[in-house]
Amino acid sequence: MRIVLAEDNALLRDGLTRILLAHDFEIRHAVDNAPALDAALADPEVDAAILDVRLPPTLTDEGLRAAVAVRATRPGFPVLVLSQWVEHLYARELLASGAGGVGYLLKDRVGNVREFVDAVRRVADGGTALDPEVVSAIMARPRARAVDRLSPREREVLGLMAEGRSNAAIAAALFITPKAVDKHANNIFTKLDLPLAPDDNRRVLAVLAWLDS
Amino acid sequence: MIEKAGPWRLTGFAAVQLLLVAPTIVALVLAVVGGATSLLVVGIPVLLVGLPMLRWISGAHRQMAAATLGHEVPAAHRSTQGQSVAKRLTTWAVDPATWRELAWAVASVTVGLAIALAVLILFLPVVTWVLWWYATPHLMALRARLDARLLSRGHHELLEERVQVLTETRADSVDRSAAELRRIERDLHDGAQARLVALQMNLGLAHELVDSDPDAARALLAEATATTGSALGDIRDVVRGIHPPVLADRGLSGAVDALALDLAVPVTVSHDHLGRLPAPVESAVYFAVVECLANVGKHAEADHAWVELSHRDGVVTALVGDDGRGGADPGAGTGLHGVARRLAAFDGSVRVSSPAGGPTLVTLEVPCESSSPRTTPSSGTA
Repeated sequence: MRIVLAEDNALLRDGLTRILLAHDFEIRHAVDNAPALDAALADPEVDAAILDVRLPPTLTDEGLRAAVAVRATRPGFPVLVLSQWVEHLYARELLASGAGGVGYLLKDRVGNVREFVDAVRRVADGGTALDPEVVSAIMARPRARAVDRLSPREREVLGLMAEGRSNAAIAAALFITPKAVDKHANNIFTKLDLPLAPDDNRRVLAVLAWLDS
Repeated sequence: MIEKAGPWRLTGFAAVQLLLVAPTIVALVLAVVGGATSLLVVGIPVLLVGLPMLRWISGAHRQMAAATLGHEVPAAHRSTQGQSVAKRLTTWAVDPATWRELAWAVASVTVGLAIALAVLILFLPVVTWVLWWYATPHLMALRARLDARLLSRGHHELLEERVQVLTETRADSVDRSAAELRRIERDLHDGAQARLVALQMNLGLAHELVDSDPDAARALLAEATATTGSALGDIRDVVRGIHPPVLADRGLSGAVDALALDLAVPVTVSHDHLGRLPAPVESAVYFAVVECLANVGKHAEADHAWVELSHRDGVVTALVGDDGRGGADPGAGTGLHGVARRLAAFDGSVRVSSPAGGPTLVTLEVPCESSSPRTTPSSGTA
């Protein structure tokens, strides 16, 4: 797995590089500014990108813009965006840039190395990895009141589903059987009027589309 | 714009001015005598006749001067409405307008009288009619300028008023930023800083225990990870309170879009000619809009709210409206008052229209000439 890493803080860049190398990723380019990132993303050899939202020269949202731009030219190109804060607006822009292969995580999550590496793999495989903060912010919106119809357990399952976890991962996280997850998922879909979708990722996007409506 | 008077009307003005000379002298004498004897009780009624009379006569001259010059000649008296007699006399005494009118009265019965007389004399003998026709507008303009200069607010007073406004708004902003710094200091000190100290202790202890009691060390490390998360959360909250990152990234329009996404009440946002504005203006208007939308959420019981942002003719306008129950009183709560004070530092203003039953419309306006072309990142389709 050949990765483009863009992070302007040298400490964080080195830390991320170390974590990724230790988990058998190959760092093709490690850059610290937006123009270098654009050049690195033009490399046809890379498989995925991990980007900081804020990059020099303007230190605003060029990482996010680069992510949206590369996904416009290379549909489905896996991009994991890291940020110091969660911004619902940015999550929406990423999700709108095409199905699957997107992640948006707080930098805090890197601290839990195993979960972070899981998220990178999930995104690289075309899945979704949304920060629990994004998900809970969306679910906490008073406009998402229909969530109230769910039982507490179903809400937990919905939250993990919206983060992009597979049924097996949800089962492991909640200490229940995959079969039970399936049952909860079906109840959720019925209660929220969501269309049934075959693969995990479409299911996540359906959940998000509903939460965001 | 007031329509300018022609020679016939100007001659009429001259006649009126001539007629008013005697009353002006009477009023002037009454005012001076009354003023001089006001410490004795007899002076007070004299003043109470003289000053209003002078005020009435000068008012008539202001109107004539306005018609002659073609623009307003504002009076700018201090208000004495509802004041007791003693208070009213004090207000008159310290009002620069009173002293201006006294000075004007002297000029009016000398130079002013001469000009009015000249116009009337030119008008009388038929031979000088041609001269009258040409000279009257000039003479009367001269007189009107004299009256306007003496009767209207001076340059000096305008500056004084401006200084007063600036002093007040500056004191406000200094107070506000000091309070803000205190809050940030407290938040960092009680939050992130304390957590980092705990983190350091846990790590130190884990370091000691790693050989003798690996399980305990692991537990401490897990706790340290959790503490790091909380510290980061605290710092994020502080940063958001100082300057929301999305405001820095996307400017006012993007930040208001992002704000609208997270509110309980559905909010429609529209922008018109809104590029990047100077950062302090963006921040002030953004926090003002935040306050207004928070009010909508707290008090309005609205089904829908809207924000219209525009930048036209050097003024940034943010209109925040809702279809709630109305009855918002800018005098009652601290919220709208705080918004007004925040914007006052930028010579901005807040207007509230909120009839009972709604809708509530809050209009925020901040003058802002230069739109800084600071950030227009150009990365493809973004």
